[in-house]
Amino acid sequence: MSKYLFQRILRSLLTLVIIITIVFVLMRQMPIEGYFENFDKLTEEQIQVGLEGMGLLDPMPVQVVNFYKQLLNGDLGMSRRYRANVPVVDILSTKIPVSVKLGSLSILVSLLVGLPMGMNMARFKGKWFDKFGTLFIVFIQAVPAAVYFLFIQLYGSTLLKVPLLFDASKPLCWVLPVISMSLGNIAYYAMWLRRYMVDESTKDYVRLASAKGVAENKIMTRHIFRNAFVPLVQYLPTSFLNTVIGSIYIESLYSIPGMGGLLVDVIKKNDNNMVQAIVLLYATVGVIGLLLGDILMTLVDPRISLKNKGGGR
Amino acid sequence: MAALRNRLSSKLEENVNTYTENMSEEELFSFAEYKEENTEKTGYSNYSYWRSTLQSFCKNKVAVFLVFVVLGILLFTFIQPLLPSQYDPNAINNDASGLQYRNIAPGAQFWFGTNSIGQDLWARIWAGTRNSLFIGISVACIEAFVGIIAGVLWGYVRKLDWIFTEIYNVLDNIPNTIILILVSYILKPSVKTLIFAMCLTGWIQMARFIRNQVIIIRDREYNLASRCVGSSTPKIIVRNLLPYLVSVIMLRMALSIPAAIGNEVFITYIGLGLPTNIPSLGGLINDGRALMMSPSLRYQLIFPTIVVSIVTISFYIIGNAFSDAADPKNHI
Repeated sequence: MSKYLFQRILRSLLTLVIIITIVFVLMRQMPIEGYFENFDKLTEEQIQVGLEGMGLLDPMPVQVVNFYKQLLNGDLGMSRRYRANVPVVDILSTKIPVSVKLGSLSILVSLLVGLPMGMNMARFKGKWFDKFGTLFIVFIQAVPAAVYFLFIQLYGSTLLKVPLLFDASKPLCWVLPVISMSLGNIAYYAMWLRRYMVDESTKDYVRLASAKGVAENKIMTRHIFRNAFVPLVQYLPTSFLNTVIGSIYIESLYSIPGMGGLLVDVIKKNDNNMVQAIVLLYATVGVIGLLLGDILMTLVDPRISLKNKGGGR
Repeated sequence: MAALRNRLSSKLEENVNTYTENMSEEELFSFAEYKEENTEKTGYSNYSYWRSTLQSFCKNKVAVFLVFVVLGILLFTFIQPLLPSQYDPNAINNDASGLQYRNIAPGAQFWFGTNSIGQDLWARIWAGTRNSLFIGISVACIEAFVGIIAGVLWGYVRKLDWIFTEIYNVLDNIPNTIILILVSYILKPSVKTLIFAMCLTGWIQMARFIRNQVIIIRDREYNLASRCVGSSTPKIIVRNLLPYLVSVIMLRMALSIPAAIGNEVFITYIGLGLPTNIPSLGGLINDGRALMMSPSLRYQLIFPTIVVSIVTISFYIIGNAFSDAADPKNHI
């Protein structure tokens, strides 16, 4: 187990190194305006001096090595255009907690709503609750999120009598962003849990349980649910991360001071270092999410043994 | 059921006996012709995969209706500019005194109203639908094309396995949205950029799926048999493997169209979308969003959203219905 774990972590690290290198090299292809606060006013000489000072004229391999050295010291460079000459790390450290708080709340809501919904859809398969739920899932999956988010903001804010934009001190202001962020995950969890439970409910152990006279409620929660939930566990960390990512749109819509909104801002301002830092952060988080998913899976389901699998996926 | 089978087989025997009695050796060993009345007797059927698919698809009335809706919309986006007295989607319309027709509510002159600089929304919506559908359909086709080729190579050629697996690891680990944003940020905004950025992540999912199926199916008995009688690898792939995957390929293609339209809306919102002289549904929704706070101007948001919703829901339902119909397990 620990040997596999070691290999698996090593793989993730390797992937991460590849991703960081690719992103870094790609970002160097951007126009150089993105490294100066007031590019238009600078003379040609000043630009050259500035570029040299930032090490941008070195050959690419040297730049990459320098970047990794910086990275190991926890230095992501300076923001140039979003806020002049402020370390990127300082800017991010105030934004991350907001995003994480929002994301956790939304995952909590989607689990609390999505799982019972899927369970009841499986239980009343073909009845009106199932049909209603399927309709909801089709709608959420087919209509672009960017579209229904708008309408939630538009009509939700008049309904709840809250301002359009976010205000962290008012609890009611959290409701709409969290609901918007949860809808996709609710549909996802409900759809898959329903399918797995329907598959599972024809198996022999379920028949045995009902033959023994176990109450239907108990069969659903104790027997079927536990088995049907296993495949979903692997997705949990990723869905948490997707929620934080999905928040790019939500945060910027409600002007929530988090990471996602920040990404949109720095893209509009062409701040290369900031874009690079946030993209790398999201990529890292993605890699960790998949890793955690694989590990969680083995913890939940004792039948899955990683020993026989050998290295890699 | 058993009785029926007995009856059929006894009939079959009788049939074969009367048929072969008076035949010469040569006749016995040549191909028989297909005759409608003989099929009744023996239970032989001229089963055609595509006809059965079409038949079971037609049973789903909603999906058939939506096919007509989508085809109608697609056709109309091309017909609309040819109709009499239409405005140009990019023209800024002025009234007699030279002032722009700003934010005119829907009416007789401008059917869907005008936007904040006096462009006709009706023309813009249809031009935008055309562009968005073009992006969506191109993405779906390119993804399928590249994905199928890469997937087959990945599954069939062992030496390439590690390269593809490595690419997959990298692409799968970064959230798709981030790749999309990064690529659109680095390249200049244009239709080509958008299509490229969206295809960059989509093909690998298709390829991985096909690779898994290829590995499962490639050593089944019928493929072994096919190889034994000397079929070449390309023939095995095209005739034996791909038909098995049609239903899933079609499903993925149908679903990637609404996804592409959704991504376009998102990318436009971030500010990396198409320039305003190329109208698109994403751009129109984004323009409408800026004005959504004043109820009298909300029509500028609502019309494009209705079109987007109809198109995306239609493709979603058609895709699912078709993949059910194309699955041979659901035939007969």
